[in-house]
Amino acid sequence: MKQFAELIRVIDGTNKTTLKVAALTEYFKTAPDEDKLWTIAILSHRRPKRPVNTTLMREWATEISGIPLWLFEESYHIVGDLAETIALILPTTNESSEKTLSQIIQELIELRKKEDSEKKAYLQENWLKLNYYERFVFNKIMTGGFRIGVSQKLMTRALSQATDIDQDVLAHKLMGSWTGENTTFKELVYEDNEVAMRGKPYPFYLAYAVENEVSDLGDVTQWSAEHKWDGIRSQTIIRSGEIFVWSRGEELVTDKYPEFQKFLDVIPDGTVIDGEILPYKDRQILSFNDLQTRIGRKTVGKKLLEDVPVVIVAYDLLEWQGNDIRELPFQERRALLDKLVLDSNEKANLIESDSMFPLLISETMSFTNWEDVAKERERSADRRSEGLMLKRKDSPYLVGRKKGDWWKWKVDPFTIDAVLTYAMRGHGRRANLYTDYTFGLWQDGELVTFAKAYSGLTDAEFRKVDAWIKKTRCNVLVL
Amino acid sequence: MKFSFHPAGHIPGSSQIRVEHKDEVWVFTGDYKTEDDGISTPYQPVKCDTFITECTFGLPAFKWQLQTQVMDDVNNWCAQNHADGKTSVLFAYSLGKAQRLIKHLDTAQMKIYCHGAVYKMTEVLRQLINFPPTYLITRETTKEELAGNIVVAPPSAHGSPWMRKMVPYVTASASGWMAFRGARRRRAIDKGFVLSDHCDWDGLLDSIDATGCENVITTHGYQDIFARYLREEKGLNAISERTQYETENITESESDKDDKLSLQTSSDIVASSNTNFSSSKKM
Repeated sequence: MKQFAELIRVIDGTNKTTLKVAALTEYFKTAPDEDKLWTIAILSHRRPKRPVNTTLMREWATEISGIPLWLFEESYHIVGDLAETIALILPTTNESSEKTLSQIIQELIELRKKEDSEKKAYLQENWLKLNYYERFVFNKIMTGGFRIGVSQKLMTRALSQATDIDQDVLAHKLMGSWTGENTTFKELVYEDNEVAMRGKPYPFYLAYAVENEVSDLGDVTQWSAEHKWDGIRSQTIIRSGEIFVWSRGEELVTDKYPEFQKFLDVIPDGTVIDGEILPYKDRQILSFNDLQTRIGRKTVGKKLLEDVPVVIVAYDLLEWQGNDIRELPFQERRALLDKLVLDSNEKANLIESDSMFPLLISETMSFTNWEDVAKERERSADRRSEGLMLKRKDSPYLVGRKKGDWWKWKVDPFTIDAVLTYAMRGHGRRANLYTDYTFGLWQDGELVTFAKAYSGLTDAEFRKVDAWIKKTRCNVLVL
Repeated sequence: MKFSFHPAGHIPGSSQIRVEHKDEVWVFTGDYKTEDDGISTPYQPVKCDTFITECTFGLPAFKWQLQTQVMDDVNNWCAQNHADGKTSVLFAYSLGKAQRLIKHLDTAQMKIYCHGAVYKMTEVLRQLINFPPTYLITRETTKEELAGNIVVAPPSAHGSPWMRKMVPYVTASASGWMAFRGARRRRAIDKGFVLSDHCDWDGLLDSIDATGCENVITTHGYQDIFARYLREEKGLNAISERTQYETENITESESDKDDKLSLQTSSDIVASSNTNFSSSKKM
């Protein structure tokens, strides 16, 4: 546990990526295999189920700290992190524990089946054997969410440096449904597996927002416009008779969208499609809220599949007949894509004529003047899009966010004047800052709350609003 | 009415004010801490009936380590940076925290370079306190001189072009707020040392006990929570009061609170140091 806690302390204590990677690499070189496996599991959101709920954790921590529960709650609101609050209020001790990370996790797994009294004894005993930072990490293992600025990508980079295994190969090996309980470090990392390469995605090309006048982009006939759909940007890979669906966050989401398995019947191997996953039913795009009901699920039930079916609206073709075609001009890639979508729909129709084939095309439009482009943008709300995408007709498919060839031209959001009725402190980086707001509107002399907001402001803007709230708030007595 | 000043231990010169009228004694702490920091006259509890106490860190989540432990950490950190060929940049408020660090920094291997604001203040206090040598960073100071040494600068220097000369450097901040991960991360510094010139939770409770007071007025910080605790758990007659100078503090992002608070008190001390009570009344 000491070594793992120290790793987390170093990572959490720096905002430099190189230092984080160096600390992780060192850890992966020196820690025992079982600990390494659990470290990967924890950092990739595969921690074991929590053995104790947070209400009990608070009670038991408060009990040995000798403070009233309300004072714990007040402290928690200000600290903004439960694991940290508990670690801070517990009495300091000089004892120490030599248990390893995997030992502790094993104990926590076994603890799940035990009675509350045993759980309480276990937690209280172990809390007092750990120093402040180990306690914090111990609590985090139970409460979850190590938000310490280590992405899956960063962890993979460090593991790659420690093992000399290619990063992309590792990235894929670490995907999927394994847990720390059903595999070993050797099996997970070293077992040879050329399958890994099969699902490898291309980096996404991302657009910047139009900065000034759209007409500054020059000759309108050089540009292809299409609507910007509000779903999940994805990359669908069909190779060697298998399908892989990646989200833009480079998360493998194939299992969340079983609809797309149909692609295997009609789309040839060696095809990679860039597109938007959208909820779509009765020839109508549903709202992003509908899609959200599917995003969070690991397994999707039959009812949900019927209520919120999804499709891919294809934007681009990156690989065709096994060749990387990203260097081809956009127009040529699109010609191939249009044909692919048409052909596969026809083929699918022959197999199963009564059901919807979940691959549509995002229509491209050409214009002769910018005024017409602007008019089309105004129709975005009716078409349920966020605005327009403008792509230079001869542009290659680039890597990452690049200026010049692709622009997004979103519609302006609607605005409303409302009353800030309530503010809450945020968590983590926003702890002790009022960053979560509730808004109300007047109706018959009464304020009716209608919305909550916690994003969209910059750090500087949050500080400004926070300062204003702290100055002007009326204290609400919490009983 | 009788007024007297008593050491508050916050920074050199900081005082509590005792007011006696007929048989009643009130004490106003100003900013204070109970630990002897080696540069300020140590805090002395003063018996009173009514105790007006600040409670900047009036939550049980705040527990300070001994200064010797924290300074060991600071010195080890600087030594590690030195070994890595990096300059250690310590951010601390120019009056108080900076001198407290300077006083206890290990200068066997490294020199202490200072930002102008810190340097000048240290020179003023050098007449009263024995500090290790400090060197002013000027236009002429070269990168090579600074390399691997220690730089003490006010927090405002963080991210400014002035820092370029210190490359490659690592940054640290010393403040009570560093106890919170959130505060530490917001500041985008490499390392946070929990070192405060205010009382921690136990320090506040011990001080209140030592005064033998019946009434407590809490100001500045988590005064409502702290007063409720004193009422319900300690059976004291405690209320919270907002001070005139609080608004300034509240508008600061919380990680700078510590510094701003020192600023407020220190300017008052300067004003009151050679005058009578009338000019220090604005405290």
